[in-house]
Amino acid sequence: MITVNNISKSFDNIKIINDVSAVFDKGKTNLIIGQSGSGKTVLMKCLLGLLDIDHGEILYNGKKFDKDNISTISHLRKQIGMVFQGSALFDSMSVLENIIFPLRMFSDNTDSEMINRAKEVINRVDLKDVDNKFPSEISGGMRKRVAIARAIVLNPKYLFCDEPNSGLDPKTAIIIDKLIKEITIEYDITTVINTHDMNSVMEIGDKIIFLVEGKKIWEGTNTEILDTDDQMINDFVYSSELFKKVKLAQKKN
Amino acid sequence: MKFFFHIGRYFLMIKYTFTKFTKWSVLKKLIFQEIDDLILGSIGIVAFMSFLIGGVVAIQTALAIENPFLPGNLIGFATRQSVILEFAPTLISIIMAGKVGSFITSSIGTMRVTEQIDALEVMGINSFNYLIFPKIISLLLYPFLITLAMFLGILGGYVASVYAGFSTSFDFIQGIQLDFQVFHIVYTYSKTMLFAFVLATIPAYHGFYMRGGALEVGKASNISFVWTSSVIIILNFIVTQLLLA
Repeated sequence: MITVNNISKSFDNIKIINDVSAVFDKGKTNLIIGQSGSGKTVLMKCLLGLLDIDHGEILYNGKKFDKDNISTISHLRKQIGMVFQGSALFDSMSVLENIIFPLRMFSDNTDSEMINRAKEVINRVDLKDVDNKFPSEISGGMRKRVAIARAIVLNPKYLFCDEPNSGLDPKTAIIIDKLIKEITIEYDITTVINTHDMNSVMEIGDKIIFLVEGKKIWEGTNTEILDTDDQMINDFVYSSELFKKVKLAQKKN
Repeated sequence: MKFFFHIGRYFLMIKYTFTKFTKWSVLKKLIFQEIDDLILGSIGIVAFMSFLIGGVVAIQTALAIENPFLPGNLIGFATRQSVILEFAPTLISIIMAGKVGSFITSSIGTMRVTEQIDALEVMGINSFNYLIFPKIISLLLYPFLITLAMFLGILGGYVASVYAGFSTSFDFIQGIQLDFQVFHIVYTYSKTMLFAFVLATIPAYHGFYMRGGALEVGKASNISFVWTSSVIIILNFIVTQLLLA
């Protein structure tokens, strides 16, 4: 579980995150949603310690996330997996080497043990015949799978995904969403996902936080979000014709 | 004020580079990779440039001293002094600022743009140490390149002056042995080591702290070359004043 208490972050005196408090539950897919520029990525980077917060505190399982406490932070980092928007795979390494990388850095396993573990997670994310290929030689969907495999290879307690299905076709996007959901349940981890894709919200949104200009204005589940009366949320949710038709059909029924 | 901000951040980067070391088994591979990219990959251009520059120095010296009263070994002597004291360490370092410096800035910059550095940090890896330390260590072999440049520069001078008829082989060889001072070699390698550190760290700084996309990677490489070569020239002046003046 991750608890965020009143965190704020500014750039050049402009508040990008404004007094946000939230709880991200264990074993659930927690979604941070909002329009582009609403502060989703900045909030995630604050949670990961990639950006320093101006105010507030972040607690991982009740322990304060303090960048200056080297031993605590080093221990915690090994429990965090991250899937970046652009996958962030290392160009100079093959798919297998990318997945083995966290093991090589943080485990004392032998080469064969590391390869076996890497192959285990490669199978888990349904990747085939790509072990020796480089990231530039595989498709966007495959790169996301590799990124997920690399994120879970150390059995993390926390999984962060920044726009995990951006740039993917709708079918692949749903497959990736479902994979993340399955892994969350299977590994019983706290998953935090940034997205502005309503399909993802409906598919995997166990808990949703809605951001507008850096402020949390709503929190709920993927069924509650369809029924809210909040105009800003409705503008976001029903911005697509498909969802408008769904809403209309629901009313008729 | 911005200048001092960059100076401060550069020295902090160096401090972070030497803290929280990456696992030795990983670091070892990275160091060998950097030696291959930065040192072995530069042998060709260094050999080509040094040989031709040595030849040009010898020809220009010969043309400038056509007076028959000047000793014949002067061409060899002047070529040796110019190549060892200045052309090999300084000019080759400026060429390397373009070749190696741009490579370092663009490779680290691309990692920044594609969030690979963020990925390292999220994993709890000290990205400064992981990316910059192997470059600094591999450039400890930079004197090897400069030694090669010295040898080939003088060889180029020999070939140009002897085969173009400006000097005899005997005179040239006597010239390069004339009044040889070991301290000049100490001076040359001292500044070579200083330039090697600059070549590893200033381009790394510009790559590490760049923001933006592909266009900015190109701009960062450009700025990195300007700063690296400027710092090399300034340091060359200071070291020369301190050690030779």
